[in-house]
Amino acid sequence: MSIELKNITYTYSPGTAYEIHALKDINLEIPDGQFIGVIGHTGSGKSTLIQHLNALIRPTSGSVLYNGEDVWEEKYDRRKLRSQVGLVFQYPEHQLFESDVLSDVCFGPMNQGMSREEAEAEAKKALLQVGFKEKNFSKSPFELSGGQKKRVAIAGVLAMNPKILILDEPTAGLDPKGRDEILDQISELHKARGITIILVSHSMEDVAKYVERLIVVNRGQIAFDDTPREVFSHYQELEAMGLAAPQITYIMHALKQKGLKVDPNATTVEEARDDILRALKEAGSPLLKGGNEK
Amino acid sequence: MIRDITIGQYYPADSPLHKLDPRTKLMGTLVFIISVFLFNTIPGYAVATVFLAAVIKISKVPVKFIFKGLKAIFIILIITMVFNVFLTPGEVLWSFGFLKATREGISLAGKMAIRLIYLVIGSSLMTLTTTPNQLTDGLERGLRPLNKIHVPVHEIAMMMSIALRFIPILLEETDKIMKAQIARGADFENGNLVQKVKNMVPLLVPLFISAFRRANDLAMAMEARCYHGGDQRTQMKPLHYEKRDHVTYMILALYLAVAIGFRVAGI
Repeated sequence: MSIELKNITYTYSPGTAYEIHALKDINLEIPDGQFIGVIGHTGSGKSTLIQHLNALIRPTSGSVLYNGEDVWEEKYDRRKLRSQVGLVFQYPEHQLFESDVLSDVCFGPMNQGMSREEAEAEAKKALLQVGFKEKNFSKSPFELSGGQKKRVAIAGVLAMNPKILILDEPTAGLDPKGRDEILDQISELHKARGITIILVSHSMEDVAKYVERLIVVNRGQIAFDDTPREVFSHYQELEAMGLAAPQITYIMHALKQKGLKVDPNATTVEEARDDILRALKEAGSPLLKGGNEK
Repeated sequence: MIRDITIGQYYPADSPLHKLDPRTKLMGTLVFIISVFLFNTIPGYAVATVFLAAVIKISKVPVKFIFKGLKAIFIILIITMVFNVFLTPGEVLWSFGFLKATREGISLAGKMAIRLIYLVIGSSLMTLTTTPNQLTDGLERGLRPLNKIHVPVHEIAMMMSIALRFIPILLEETDKIMKAQIARGADFENGNLVQKVKNMVPLLVPLFISAFRRANDLAMAMEARCYHGGDQRTQMKPLHYEKRDHVTYMILALYLAVAIGFRVAGI
């Protein structure tokens, strides 16, 4: 079970004055069960890239394989593919249309051919899993807050039981608390359902904590594809692309330059804290004496 | 698919036509439309064709791009032709029940088709070579005399430019909404007419909501910048006629004279 992109090239409006080469010769394999972050500057091609994964756009050249089958074969059932590879877009306003939350989430499963009862069961399960309160099920999706709308949008795709869930900027427009909640819940989903998750973002801090693999897209090409640790060690190149490594990377590099023997590749604040304490202890720093260790 | 609609779209290029004053182009379009209705015979249409071809050539807009705009009127074209062929009285060539194809009908249908196609090409040539802003500036200046009889010219021009500005935004939005719903298993292609209309609901509801929201935001942003209509409002780039505009007007006058001449002479 995997998605494979082979030599994907995509050009917007070919042959006109508006021609843009959004993707250039992309090769990518996404095996089952991974938690992947896709990062890139605005206009880097990351949104175009993920829309290839569920056959929403057809590559100008190259092929998309799902479980070894070319999804652009004439007889391939792309509607079925889309229910297995769920894609949640950035703006929940683009998909909410029903008069109440529950019916809206039922839209996906009912398109798969489920009865209203089955669909409702799936919808309830999905809504609860993204942390949406049962008492709000009958509210209109248009009177919800931004964070709640986002949850409903995610649930709307999750209720279709996808094997792979792609989220385009799930944290855009949320306050820090809402952002952490959503990301935690997505991470929970990954564990609870065992599905592949692809998280698209332009914020390194967001993804560093959660993902096991980080794909950096720059000018329509894959610049890095590695563990966050490895990717962040190229923080100067990332900066040249208009991206920034997590703040902690900068602190660790600065500390190392000042002579403290820390590992500059720590990716999260917790990891960095432990490493700094260890280094201080080894150096016999007076900072640690008599004080609170944390 | 949705991006194929080229009516109202601007095609950037460096051509004499792009540099013309928008008022000249508006007048040119008007003259062309009048001429298409004045010409009534094959030699007449030949003159219009030559004129149109020359303008297309000067505009530097790819011909393929111009013809794409015709796709949108294809259905109207077919309906018009069918009605004309069967409902014009005259010499019956072929009949099927109450449907009678007449010689007059066929010739009228042909003329209507040519007129419709030329109308669309002519007016899309103007929008392809004129930015929406220039276009409404041109309209505002051209219609200014109507202010004297209390026609709110500035307001009308402003509404037009906003409407034109929103076309590409709403098209893009439609595209995004369609994708979001297709990702949830929506089907916009299959099914009979009733089902197809029903399937549009998940597309239309978010689209309308977003259009209203955008309109609201825009009104707010305009008020925040103290917009209060056209009184004493000056322009950053006032329109000026240049030599090329005078030349164009002369060519247009000549063309119109030829069209009227053809009509009067009955050629």
